Amino acid sequence: MTLNLFYFLSFLGILSALLVVFSKNPVHSVLYLIITFFVIAAHYVLLNAQFLAIVHVIVYAGAIMVLFLYVIMLLNLNQEAEPHKSNLIRFAATISAGLLLLVLVGTLKGTDQMLVQSAAPVEVGLVKSLGRVLFKEYMLPFEISSILLLAAMVGAVMLGKPENIKK
Amino acid sequence: MKTAQGIPLDYYIWLSAALFAIGVLGVLYRRNAIIIFMCIELMLNAVNLLLVAFSNYYSDASGQVFVFFIMAVAAAEVAVGLAILIMMYRNTKTTDINILNKLKW
Repeated sequence: MTLNLFYFLSFLGILSALLVVFSKNPVHSVLYLIITFFVIAAHYVLLNAQFLAIVHVIVYAGAIMVLFLYVIMLLNLNQEAEPHKSNLIRFAATISAGLLLLVLVGTLKGTDQMLVQSAAPVEVGLVKSLGRVLFKEYMLPFEISSILLLAAMVGAVMLGKPENIKK
Repeated sequence: MKTAQGIPLDYYIWLSAALFAIGVLGVLYRRNAIIIFMCIELMLNAVNLLLVAFSNYYSDASGQVFVFFIMAVAAAEVAVGLAILIMMYRNTKTTDINILNKLKW
Protein backbone atom coordinates (compact mmCIF):
# COMPACT_ATOMS: atom_id res chain seq x y z
CA MET A 1 0.00 0.00 0.00
CA THR A 2 2.69 2.51 1.03
CA LEU A 3 4.86 1.30 -1.82
CA ASN A 4 2.07 1.92 -4.32
CA LEU A 5 1.62 5.39 -2.87
CA PHE A 6 5.35 5.97 -3.24
CA TYR A 7 5.26 4.89 -6.88
CA PHE A 8 2.30 7.14 -7.61
CA LEU A 9 3.89 10.17 -5.92
CA SER A 10 7.23 9.60 -7.63
CA PHE A 11 5.60 9.29 -11.04
CA LEU A 12 3.60 12.46 -10.47
CA GLY A 13 6.65 14.34 -9.20
CA ILE A 14 8.93 13.40 -12.10
CA LEU A 15 6.18 14.07 -14.65
CA SER A 16 5.45 17.55 -13.30
CA ALA A 17 9.18 18.28 -12.97
CA LEU A 18 9.61 17.43 -16.66
CA LEU A 19 6.65 19.64 -17.52
CA VAL A 20 8.31 22.52 -15.64
CA VAL A 21 11.23 22.27 -18.04
CA PHE A 22 9.30 21.66 -21.25
CA SER A 23 6.20 23.84 -21.00
CA LYS A 24 6.39 26.96 -23.16
CA ASN A 25 4.46 29.37 -20.97
CA PRO A 26 6.33 30.48 -17.77
CA VAL A 27 3.08 30.66 -15.78
CA HIS A 28 2.41 26.98 -16.55
CA SER A 29 5.94 26.18 -15.44
CA VAL A 30 5.27 27.83 -12.08
CA LEU A 31 2.03 25.91 -11.63
CA TYR A 32 3.72 22.59 -12.43
CA LEU A 33 6.49 23.48 -9.99
CA ILE A 34 3.85 24.01 -7.29
CA ILE A 35 2.54 20.50 -8.01
CA THR A 36 6.09 19.17 -7.67
CA PHE A 37 6.49 20.90 -4.32
CA PHE A 38 3.22 19.45 -3.01
CA VAL A 39 4.36 16.00 -4.12
CA ILE A 40 7.64 16.48 -2.23
CA ALA A 41 5.67 17.57 0.84
CA ALA A 42 3.66 14.35 0.54
CA HIS A 43 6.94 12.43 0.41
CA TYR A 44 7.97 14.14 3.66
CA VAL A 45 4.73 13.00 5.29
CA LEU A 46 5.45 9.50 4.01
CA LEU A 47 8.88 9.73 5.67
CA ASN A 48 7.39 10.76 9.04
CA ALA A 49 8.73 14.33 8.77
CA GLN A 50 5.46 16.09 9.50
CA PHE A 51 6.95 19.36 10.70
CA LEU A 52 9.12 19.71 7.61
CA ALA A 53 6.15 18.91 5.36
CA ILE A 54 4.19 21.80 6.85
CA VAL A 55 7.17 24.17 6.69
CA HIS A 56 7.84 23.10 3.11
CA VAL A 57 4.29 23.88 2.03
CA ILE A 58 4.31 27.24 3.83
CA VAL A 59 7.73 28.37 2.61
CA TYR A 60 7.79 26.99 -0.93
CA ALA A 61 4.19 26.86 -2.10
CA GLY A 62 3.18 29.79 0.05
CA ALA A 63 6.03 32.26 -0.21
CA ILE A 64 8.53 31.40 -2.90
CA MET A 65 6.10 30.44 -5.64
CA VAL A 66 3.93 33.48 -4.97
CA LEU A 67 7.07 35.56 -5.41
CA PHE A 68 7.80 33.81 -8.71
CA LEU A 69 4.25 34.33 -9.97
CA TYR A 70 4.34 37.95 -8.90
CA VAL A 71 7.60 38.59 -10.78
CA ILE A 72 6.31 36.83 -13.90
CA MET A 73 3.17 38.95 -13.88
CA LEU A 74 5.20 42.09 -13.14
CA LEU A 75 7.46 41.44 -16.13
CA ASN A 76 4.43 40.45 -18.24
CA LEU A 77 5.96 37.21 -19.44
CA ASN A 78 2.69 35.38 -20.00
CA GLN A 79 2.88 35.72 -23.76
CA GLU A 80 5.05 33.23 -25.54
CA ALA A 81 8.02 35.56 -25.86
CA GLU A 82 10.32 32.64 -25.25
CA PRO A 83 13.78 33.06 -26.77
CA HIS A 84 14.57 30.34 -29.26
CA LYS A 85 17.41 28.01 -28.55
CA SER A 86 19.13 26.07 -31.28
CA ASN A 87 18.46 22.36 -31.61
CA LEU A 88 22.14 21.52 -31.18
CA ILE A 89 22.22 23.12 -27.72
CA ARG A 90 18.98 21.34 -26.74
CA PHE A 91 20.40 18.02 -27.86
CA ALA A 92 23.64 18.65 -25.97
CA ALA A 93 21.70 19.65 -22.83
CA THR A 94 19.61 16.48 -22.93
CA ILE A 95 22.67 14.29 -23.43
CA SER A 96 24.55 16.01 -20.57
CA ALA A 97 21.67 15.68 -18.15
CA GLY A 98 21.21 12.02 -19.11
CA LEU A 99 24.89 11.34 -18.53
CA LEU A 100 24.70 13.10 -15.15
CA LEU A 101 21.76 10.91 -14.17
CA LEU A 102 23.70 7.83 -15.28
CA VAL A 103 26.73 8.85 -13.20
CA LEU A 104 24.61 9.63 -10.12
CA VAL A 105 22.73 6.34 -10.27
CA GLY A 106 25.90 4.38 -10.94
CA THR A 107 27.73 6.03 -8.03
CA LEU A 108 24.95 5.73 -5.48
CA LYS A 109 23.76 2.26 -6.41
CA GLY A 110 25.59 0.35 -3.72
CA THR A 111 25.03 2.83 -0.89
CA ASP A 112 22.29 0.70 0.62
CA GLN A 113 24.61 -2.07 1.72
CA MET A 114 27.22 0.25 3.23
CA LEU A 115 24.91 1.77 5.81
CA VAL A 116 24.03 0.49 9.23
CA GLN A 117 20.46 1.10 10.16
CA SER A 118 19.74 2.35 13.65
CA ALA A 119 18.08 -0.29 15.76
CA ALA A 120 15.20 1.54 17.37
CA PRO A 121 13.26 3.90 15.13
CA VAL A 122 12.13 6.93 17.09
CA GLU A 123 9.91 9.79 16.06
CA VAL A 124 12.40 12.37 14.86
CA GLY A 125 10.09 14.34 12.59
CA LEU A 126 7.84 15.85 15.22
CA VAL A 127 8.22 19.38 16.53
CA LYS A 128 9.26 18.24 19.99
CA SER A 129 12.37 16.26 19.06
CA LEU A 130 13.28 18.51 16.13
CA GLY A 131 13.04 21.66 18.24
CA ARG A 132 15.23 20.13 20.92
CA VAL A 133 17.99 19.43 18.39
CA LEU A 134 17.54 22.78 16.66
CA PHE A 135 17.77 24.88 19.82
CA LYS A 136 20.51 22.89 21.54
CA GLU A 137 23.05 21.67 19.01
CA TYR A 138 22.29 24.09 16.20
CA MET A 139 21.63 27.25 18.20
CA LEU A 140 24.43 29.31 16.63
CA PRO A 141 23.59 28.45 12.99
CA PHE A 142 19.96 29.26 13.73
CA GLU A 143 20.90 32.74 14.94
CA ILE A 144 23.29 33.27 12.02
CA SER A 145 20.55 32.35 9.55
CA SER A 146 18.48 35.23 10.93
CA ILE A 147 21.34 37.58 10.02
CA LEU A 148 21.39 35.99 6.55
CA LEU A 149 17.68 36.68 6.11
CA LEU A 150 18.14 40.29 7.23
CA ALA A 151 21.00 40.76 4.77
CA ALA A 152 18.89 39.21 1.98
CA MET A 153 16.03 41.57 2.77
CA VAL A 154 18.32 44.63 2.66
CA GLY A 155 19.88 43.40 -0.58
CA ALA A 156 16.52 42.77 -2.24
CA VAL A 157 15.27 46.24 -1.30
CA MET A 158 18.50 47.84 -2.52
CA LEU A 159 18.38 46.00 -5.85
CA GLY A 160 14.68 46.46 -6.45
CA LYS A 161 14.76 50.22 -5.94
CA PRO A 162 14.60 52.35 -9.11
CA GLU A 163 17.97 53.78 -10.04
CA ASN A 164 17.22 57.46 -10.64
CA ILE A 165 14.95 57.95 -7.68
CA LYS A 166 14.22 61.56 -6.74
CA LYS A 167 16.32 62.76 -3.85
CA MET B 1 17.29 -2.24 4.19
CA LYS B 2 14.16 -0.19 4.44
CA THR B 3 12.72 2.90 6.03
CA ALA B 4 10.09 2.67 8.71
CA GLN B 5 7.36 2.56 6.06
CA GLY B 6 8.85 -0.37 4.17
CA ILE B 7 10.22 1.61 1.24
CA PRO B 8 13.82 0.75 0.31
CA LEU B 9 16.28 3.62 0.66
CA ASP B 10 17.53 3.00 -2.88
CA TYR B 11 14.21 4.17 -4.30
CA TYR B 12 14.62 7.53 -2.65
CA ILE B 13 18.18 7.80 -3.97
CA TRP B 14 16.97 7.14 -7.50
CA LEU B 15 14.05 9.54 -7.21
CA SER B 16 16.32 12.31 -5.92
CA ALA B 17 18.90 11.64 -8.64
CA ALA B 18 16.16 11.85 -11.28
CA LEU B 19 14.79 15.13 -9.90
CA PHE B 20 18.31 16.59 -9.68
CA ALA B 21 19.06 15.57 -13.28
CA ILE B 22 15.80 17.16 -14.44
CA GLY B 23 16.86 20.37 -12.69
CA VAL B 24 20.24 20.31 -14.45
CA LEU B 25 18.46 19.60 -17.74
CA GLY B 26 16.27 22.66 -17.22
CA VAL B 27 19.25 24.92 -16.47
CA LEU B 28 21.02 23.77 -19.64
CA TYR B 29 17.93 23.59 -21.84
CA ARG B 30 16.11 26.86 -21.23
CA ARG B 31 17.23 30.44 -21.79
CA ASN B 32 14.59 32.20 -19.75
CA ALA B 33 16.26 33.27 -16.50
CA ILE B 34 13.09 32.72 -14.40
CA ILE B 35 12.78 29.11 -15.55
CA ILE B 36 16.45 28.60 -14.72
CA PHE B 37 15.75 29.88 -11.20
CA MET B 38 12.87 27.45 -10.83
CA CYS B 39 15.09 24.58 -11.92
CA ILE B 40 17.65 25.56 -9.28
CA GLU B 41 14.84 25.35 -6.70
CA LEU B 42 14.02 21.91 -8.05
CA MET B 43 17.63 20.78 -7.51
CA LEU B 44 17.62 22.12 -3.94
CA ASN B 45 14.43 20.17 -3.28
CA ALA B 46 15.90 16.95 -4.65
CA VAL B 47 18.76 17.26 -2.18
CA ASN B 48 16.32 18.07 0.64
CA LEU B 49 14.29 14.97 -0.09
CA LEU B 50 17.37 12.77 0.10
CA LEU B 51 18.45 14.41 3.38
CA VAL B 52 15.04 13.71 4.92
CA ALA B 53 15.14 10.12 3.68
CA PHE B 54 18.54 9.50 5.26
CA SER B 55 17.43 11.25 8.45
CA ASN B 56 14.42 8.95 8.72
CA TYR B 57 16.62 5.98 7.93
CA TYR B 58 19.10 6.73 10.71
CA SER B 59 16.51 8.12 13.16
CA ASP B 60 18.70 11.21 13.46
CA ALA B 61 17.12 14.64 13.59
CA SER B 62 20.22 16.49 12.31
CA GLY B 63 19.34 15.83 8.68
CA GLN B 64 15.96 17.46 9.09
CA VAL B 65 17.55 20.47 10.79
CA PHE B 66 19.86 20.81 7.77
CA VAL B 67 16.81 20.78 5.51
CA PHE B 68 15.36 23.55 7.63
CA PHE B 69 18.49 25.67 7.09
CA ILE B 70 18.52 24.91 3.36
CA MET B 71 14.95 26.22 3.16
CA ALA B 72 16.00 29.46 4.89
CA VAL B 73 18.93 29.89 2.49
CA ALA B 74 16.68 29.12 -0.50
CA ALA B 75 14.20 31.79 0.58
CA ALA B 76 16.99 34.37 0.87
CA GLU B 77 18.42 33.30 -2.47
CA VAL B 78 15.08 33.64 -4.25
CA ALA B 79 14.44 37.10 -2.83
CA VAL B 80 17.82 38.45 -3.94
CA GLY B 81 17.78 36.55 -7.24
CA LEU B 82 14.38 37.83 -8.29
CA ALA B 83 15.42 41.38 -7.37
CA ILE B 84 18.46 40.98 -9.65
CA LEU B 85 16.19 39.61 -12.35
CA ILE B 86 13.86 42.60 -12.13
CA MET B 87 16.81 44.96 -12.39
CA MET B 88 18.12 43.05 -15.39
CA TYR B 89 14.70 43.27 -17.05
CA ARG B 90 14.54 46.99 -16.34
CA ASN B 91 17.86 47.54 -18.12
CA THR B 92 17.59 45.10 -21.04
CA LYS B 93 13.80 44.56 -21.42
CA THR B 94 14.27 40.81 -21.63
CA THR B 95 14.97 37.80 -19.40
CA ASP B 96 17.03 36.02 -22.03
CA ILE B 97 20.34 35.09 -20.42
CA ASN B 98 22.19 35.21 -23.74
CA ILE B 99 21.83 39.00 -23.76
CA LEU B 100 24.03 39.15 -20.67
CA ASN B 101 27.25 38.14 -22.43
CA LYS B 102 29.25 41.29 -21.75
CA LEU B 103 31.49 39.48 -19.29
CA LYS B 104 32.19 36.73 -21.80
CA TRP B 105 35.70 36.75 -23.13
